[in-house]
Amino acid sequence: MSKKILIVDDEPNIVMSLEYTFKKNNFEVFIARDGQEALDILKVQLPDIIILDIMMPLVDGYATLDQIKKDERLQHCKVVFLSAKNKESDIEKGLSLGADAYMLKPFSVKKLVEQVNELLSN
Amino acid sequence: MSSLGLLIILGLYLGMLFLIAHWAEKKSNTKWTNNPYVYTFSLAVYCTAWTYYGSIGVAAKSGLSYLTVYLGPIIIIPAWIIILKKIIRISRVNKISSIADFISLRYGNSRFLGAVVTLVCVFGILPYIALQMKAISETFHIVTRTAFSSNIFNDTTTYVAIALALFASYYGTRYVDASEKRRGIVTAVAMESVLKLFFFLLVGIYVTFFVFDGFDDIYSKASVLEGFQQKNTIGGIPEAINWFFLCILSLFAIFLLPRQFQMAVIENNRENHIKTSIWLFPLYLLLFNLFVYPIAWGGNILFDGQNVNADNYSLLIPQHVGNEFITVLVFLGGFSAAISMIIVSSIGLSTMLSNNLLIPYGFLGSLQSEEQDKNNKKIVNIRKIGIFSLIILSYIIYRFYVVDYNLFSIGLVSFVVIAQLAPAFFGALLWRRGSLNGAVTGIIIGFLICLYTLLIPYTIGISNYESTFISDGLFGISLLKPFELFGLDYLSPIAHALFWSLFFNVMAYFGISVSFKGNYRERNYAEMFVDIDKYITMHENAFVWKGTAYTSDIQKVLVRFLGEERTKRALNLFHLKYNLDKKELADARLIKFAENLLTGHIGTASARILISNVVKEDKISLKEVLNILEESKENIIINKKLTETSKELKAMTGKLQQANEQLMEKDKQKDEFLDTVTHELRTPITAIKAASEILHDDDDVPEELKKQFLQNIISESDRLNRLIDKILDLEKFETGRQKITLSKNNLIQTINKAIEPLQQLIKNKNIEVTFDKNREIITYFDYDRITQVVTNLVSNAIKFCPEKYGKIEISIEENENEIVTKISDNGKGIGDKDLEMIFDKFYQSKNQNIKKPIGSGLGLAICKQIIEHHKGKIWAENSKEGAVLVFTLPKYNTTTHE
Repeated sequence: MSKKILIVDDEPNIVMSLEYTFKKNNFEVFIARDGQEALDILKVQLPDIIILDIMMPLVDGYATLDQIKKDERLQHCKVVFLSAKNKESDIEKGLSLGADAYMLKPFSVKKLVEQVNELLSN
Repeated sequence: MSSLGLLIILGLYLGMLFLIAHWAEKKSNTKWTNNPYVYTFSLAVYCTAWTYYGSIGVAAKSGLSYLTVYLGPIIIIPAWIIILKKIIRISRVNKISSIADFISLRYGNSRFLGAVVTLVCVFGILPYIALQMKAISETFHIVTRTAFSSNIFNDTTTYVAIALALFASYYGTRYVDASEKRRGIVTAVAMESVLKLFFFLLVGIYVTFFVFDGFDDIYSKASVLEGFQQKNTIGGIPEAINWFFLCILSLFAIFLLPRQFQMAVIENNRENHIKTSIWLFPLYLLLFNLFVYPIAWGGNILFDGQNVNADNYSLLIPQHVGNEFITVLVFLGGFSAAISMIIVSSIGLSTMLSNNLLIPYGFLGSLQSEEQDKNNKKIVNIRKIGIFSLIILSYIIYRFYVVDYNLFSIGLVSFVVIAQLAPAFFGALLWRRGSLNGAVTGIIIGFLICLYTLLIPYTIGISNYESTFISDGLFGISLLKPFELFGLDYLSPIAHALFWSLFFNVMAYFGISVSFKGNYRERNYAEMFVDIDKYITMHENAFVWKGTAYTSDIQKVLVRFLGEERTKRALNLFHLKYNLDKKELADARLIKFAENLLTGHIGTASARILISNVVKEDKISLKEVLNILEESKENIIINKKLTETSKELKAMTGKLQQANEQLMEKDKQKDEFLDTVTHELRTPITAIKAASEILHDDDDVPEELKKQFLQNIISESDRLNRLIDKILDLEKFETGRQKITLSKNNLIQTINKAIEPLQQLIKNKNIEVTFDKNREIITYFDYDRITQVVTNLVSNAIKFCPEKYGKIEISIEENENEIVTKISDNGKGIGDKDLEMIFDKFYQSKNQNIKKPIGSGLGLAICKQIIEHHKGKIWAENSKEGAVLVFTLPKYNTTTHE
């Protein structure tokens, strides 16, 4: 059975590349343009992994992760921050909030897929 | 008035003085006691009973020459700002407590010279104090219309003398350290100075305008009296020479009289007070002399032909007219003048007696007790007894000696004796070569000549016709006539004595100083005195000393006089000042410091003796001293420069800190900005990278999608480029490098041109635009920049318009000062919180959900910069329909074309 992935980003062109890539790697892909949309989707879907941008309008990545962590149904769900916030302190903050990985933008598509697969195989 | 009545008044008056002194002593540091006016009025202790009564006597008998006593001080007072300041600094630094200390310290801290100066002062001042008592006694008898009694128990002055002795010995010795300030005494004396001037002016006005009909009346009545013309001139060349000498005499007196030194130097709290005194003190003297002449001539008119003492005119006139009240007030004024002189002089003299004569020559041995209390008690007692016996001694002189003389002549004799200190004193300030032997010899010779030409003849009695000493000279040699020494016969006795005594004094001082070298210690102090301004802060550095000394030994000596605690505190301060660690061996600075600590208690000479008892000093050659001094001078200069530099550095550090804080704040803003910028820049790069990586690695991408990816790469590249342009644009505005070029333009036309390229977008979205193009608004602005603003605002409006029935209205209003342009849409409006924030950089990217990647997040921030550079305003508001963006341009843009 194919794994479910939720992509949360407000940049349509980035989303497009991600959508193509993960579809090609046999993921079932869901897309949200900001945190609020993501949380709405999560009410009805239980993805295995979430790719989460941080700087987004309305509800940002941190707040979204917070909500995810509170949701019992989503305990199994891995979260990867994918952000252009690349300072040491940003990364620390992201991981301390409970993200399973933190990937920097601009990212390598190949490496992102590898990272996602690794997380899912554990 | 009855004796009893007057005694009661005197008692009350003295009681008031005690109260003032007591109060001032308690409030010793308030501005009531510590201010330039109290200082200046305390200097007016210069005006004694002699001024108060004697001037009138001289004016009545011999005319204008009474003025000389005040002309001298007035001539020299402007120079106080330099000379007196220097004296005060030297005294403060060295803890000097009397003029004897001052002179003897300069000449190598000589015990002998200190004693000589003390004796000269005692000889000079005792008759002067006696003179004050005589004035009190005489005027008392005039006011009470009683006769002088030969029974001392019937003489009021006996009791006054005892009261003063008690007062002065109590308040004058409150502190063991004689260089401490005596606020109580100073304030009481200042108060008395005000009173005596007030009473004197009162009687002057009373005599001139109430007894007589003003100055003219006195003049016209006096001009018919005998000798009027002659008394109103200086009196030709011989008299002019007398005038000259008398002026010199009083000029010296204002520095050298122990009471003046006491008030002007020892009791000076702040150098700044001199500034007030140099105008107020001459003014005081002037006021005091204003009515001398009218009263003198008034008296001459009223008592013409009667045998009355002209000294007492100021009392006799109101009494003659029958005004008892004024008579008593005048008496009180004279009494004030007399007792302030007695008190201050006796304090000054007793300090000298104890610190420069009795302790160094007798009691030092008995002060070796280990206990501080005992030593201090002994010192204070010596001084108390000193003050007491000085006043009693003066009383004896008054009773048996000066009764025959008038105030003026005894006063001048005193001046001449004190003037013998002048060469050594002024030499100390100005001349490095002046030596101890020169000073001692000069003073002694000068004093002996005074003795011969003034004191002996005055003791024998000027009018004693039985003695041939005055008329024929010693042994009948006419060249040795005391008033015509060496045939100098055209000067008055006072001027004559002054001339010869100073002549020999100066010759001896200069001659011996030039011919024989002084020792190194003299030279050392000479440097410190003459160059006091250089040594003022670190003066211990200037003290040259070589030898072996143990800190603990010095400490032991100090403890005997200061007590354990104060010694410890003082030494801690010393170590702090020179940034030293406590050392076993003492250096020159510590020795000078210790001497200073003791000086106030026991005088400079004794301090040196005590310290030198516990240290082993090596001989130093004069040359060595000069070398060391040169070095320390350089050190001090360097030190001074260092202090200055460090002060400057401190100030600079403060400024830097401030600047730094500002920079940090800016830095923080910059950091945040950079964070956002990098984030914004990375976003298109991310999209480009992802898309190109897919295209590169994946050959199976469907053709349509491939095109889409390529299209993405192109648009993201454009976005990146736009972003960079805008960032640079904004940066230029913010750093002030972007200038606005104003020119005369039609705003309507500009807006019209600006929206032209947007017409396609408007059409696509079916938006209805309202804009009245048929007007003309001419004003100054930067055409390109305003076009940019309008483009930005209108495209924003287009973005926010709903998909259907979009409406945009552009309206322009003019008022007196500005042109207001409003661009409104019928979109969903702006959240109240965001109204201001939307002009922040990158705000949009955080909080507005606009379809990316069109906006850069910098458009409105740039608009704001442009409008503000035009000195206009830009803001956003919400209307019923949607959002309204408003910007204003000043109508007459008077700012030059920046």
